[in-house]
Formats: sequence, structure tokens, C-alpha cells
Amino acid sequence: MKKSIIILAFAVTGSIIVSSCKKDNTPPAPVGCASCSSTNTYTQKDLLARPSVGIVFNSNGADKDAFNVSIPSTAAATFQSKFMARLLALNPGYTTNILGQTATQYTTLLANDVLNVSTNGITAFYNGTQLLTGRTLAEDVIDVELILTFGGPTGALNPGLTSDHVNANDKPLPSTFPYMAAPF
Amino acid sequence: MKRNKLLITAFAVTALVTGGIMYAADHIDAPGVTGQTTDITDLYVFRSPVNTSNLVFVANVQGLMSPASTATAKFDENNVIEFNIDNTGDMIEDLVIQAKYDLATNKMYVFGPVAPSATGLTSKLQGNPTAEVAVTPYTSATPVIATGATGIQVFAGPRDDPFYFDLTQFNKIISGMATSFNNPGTDAVAGTNVMSVVLEVPKSLVGTIAASNTINVWLKTKKKN
Repeated sequence: MKKSIIILAFAVTGSIIVSSCKKDNTPPAPVGCASCSSTNTYTQKDLLARPSVGIVFNSNGADKDAFNVSIPSTAAATFQSKFMARLLALNPGYTTNILGQTATQYTTLLANDVLNVSTNGITAFYNGTQLLTGRTLAEDVIDVELILTFGGPTGALNPGLTSDHVNANDKPLPSTFPYMAAPF
Repeated sequence: MKRNKLLITAFAVTALVTGGIMYAADHIDAPGVTGQTTDITDLYVFRSPVNTSNLVFVANVQGLMSPASTATAKFDENNVIEFNIDNTGDMIEDLVIQAKYDLATNKMYVFGPVAPSATGLTSKLQGNPTAEVAVTPYTSATPVIATGATGIQVFAGPRDDPFYFDLTQFNKIISGMATSFNNPGTDAVAGTNVMSVVLEVPKSLVGTIAASNTINVWLKTKKKN
């Protein structure tokens, strides 16, 4: 009898903890996903925000690996000066770009590597009007980055380097979710 | 012995070629992730073309897959694919959306958007799934789509890589073997596939940086310790 009261008390307490303090007592595996235990720790292996920044503006494998395990809030302190050296190696004649950015301003933007996304307007990496308000699937982001890197203040410098002349995906993109084409 | 040596040579050549030539959005970008299931290719975030109250988040991993390798490709259940969202402007994630594959059920489970218990280099799955979807098979004519209780739509599976770039010519240029791009160029990503996670999320779930009406987003892959 006494034992069953204890068991009952335990059962009640247990259920209160589970319902009122879920964060600390989350079941090890959510219903349906046996491998989704909330006790496992996962460690960062790769990182990406804007396209191509980490691979083009890091000049060697060690820096690329380091960039991939960095975090955006502190990455600029480590990588801006390296990106600047890389920019001037890629384009020794760099003065400013079509945004009017000096080499320091441009590489500071790149080293603060996050994808800025508008929550109330049109989203585009660059569409002639919107700049860095998102990234759509169809956009020619490489040409944008080539123009910023090689095109100078008017975009007209180094005309052989400001477009790769690949201007669209090799499959049409669907207009409905998930917006990506079936695999080859 | 001979065969081994041949294999080693072949590997060395491959490593040289891929190490030298493969630059893309982030495809096999660095020694530490090349050939790993954690290798990110691209991140896309855009306003839904169907519903302007939603944002679409796309994470692509395991790039440059041929059709043959796509047919047997899988997500890795030891990984978390994690969208990080800063909605205060300090470049520190305020919310995460985590996608975690489960091999036993062959489903992708989505957690969040939710405030992470810790920011930075390590993560734990946060709370209970907010959406889940069966992974779309390679041979499926139509994508498998599901919607969770908070209104998040989810897809997971192989897709054509939407990225395009004449990276072969780009590498010739930066290594001094060419001085300009060709016109027309050659899309080095043509005919290749990625493993893709696509989420359509109500904007009301991600917040906004008040002054600029923006959020900052970055994508991480994390591996189980």
C-alpha cells in the first residue's frame, strides 16, 4: 500500500516534470526519430553564406578549412586582411568597384560573410536594383562577383573577366515548391 | 602491388585535378570537407514566389554527383544541416532551423526555428521536430512534400544542382593559363546533382532586424561527436 503511494507520487511528479520543464527533460529521442536524441553534440564542419567567398578569397587549403570552422561574428577579424591580399593578387589594378567600395570596404563586406535577406521586399543577390537582399535559385551570382572583383568603378574594366558567359542553369526551374529541378 | 600503386597514382592524379580545378559556389571547397557528406555546395534564401508571406530556405550538400552516384546517394544521419538566423544584427544566431536525417525511417526531420541552447561551433537538436518528410527517391517522378504543424513545408532529396559556372576556365585564369573567359562558356556543373533540403517557412517564425527589415542567414553542417 505504502509502496503504491510512493509509485503514484513518483508517477505524478514525473509527469509534472515532463510537461512543465520540457527543456531539461526532453525525451532522449523525439517520437518517430530514434536517431534524433537531444543529448548528442554536433560539431561544425562546413560553413557557407554568400556563394564562393570562402573558396575564392582564401588562397590556400589551410585557410579554407579554418574559414569553414569559423563563426560569422568573429571571422572578419581573422580573414579580412587575407581576403584583401587575395583580392589584390587576383586584380592588382583594383581601385573601387561598381558599389564604390575600396578594397578594404569590399573585403570587409566579404569577410562579414552572411546572406542578408529582406523580410519585406524583393529578394535578390543583385538584380540591377536590389543588392544583397537574398539569393534566388536562378541568379547569375558568379557574374555579379566577377564584376565586383574585376569590373572597376563602372563595371567596364577587364571585359574578358567580368562574365563567364554561362548565364543560366542547364534545366528549367519549377515555379512551385520545392522550386528545384529533378536530378539528372 | 602493381595494382595498388596504380590506384595510388590514380588517386594522386584525381586529387591534383580536383584540388586544382574544382572551384564553385562552395563545391568541394576545402581539404577538410571534400568528399564528405558534410560538404556544403550552396545556400539560397528568397521570398516565396507562391506566397510572399513565406521565405524559402535551400541547403545543398554533396555536390557534383553524377546520375550514377546520385542513384545511391543518401543523407548522412550523423549530420545536422543547420540554417542560422540572426534577427538582431549582431551576426550571432538568434534562431536555428535544423534538418536531421534518420536512416531507419528514411525521413528528414526539421527542428525550429528555435533559439539554440548555445551559439557557435557545437549544437544539439532543439526540442521536438516541427516537420518531417520522407526523402524523395532518385527515381521519383514527383517530389515528396510535407507540411508541419507550424506551417513549414519541407522537401528532402536529390535535385539538379541549380548552380552554374565555367569554373574550369576560371581556374585557368587564376593559374595564369588563360587571360579571359570564353564566349560562350562551359558550365562545369551541368548534368550534376546535389542532395537538397528545401523549407518554406512563414516569415512570422523568423523575426526581423527592425531597422533594416532584414535577417542574416548562414548555413552550417555539423557532425555528431
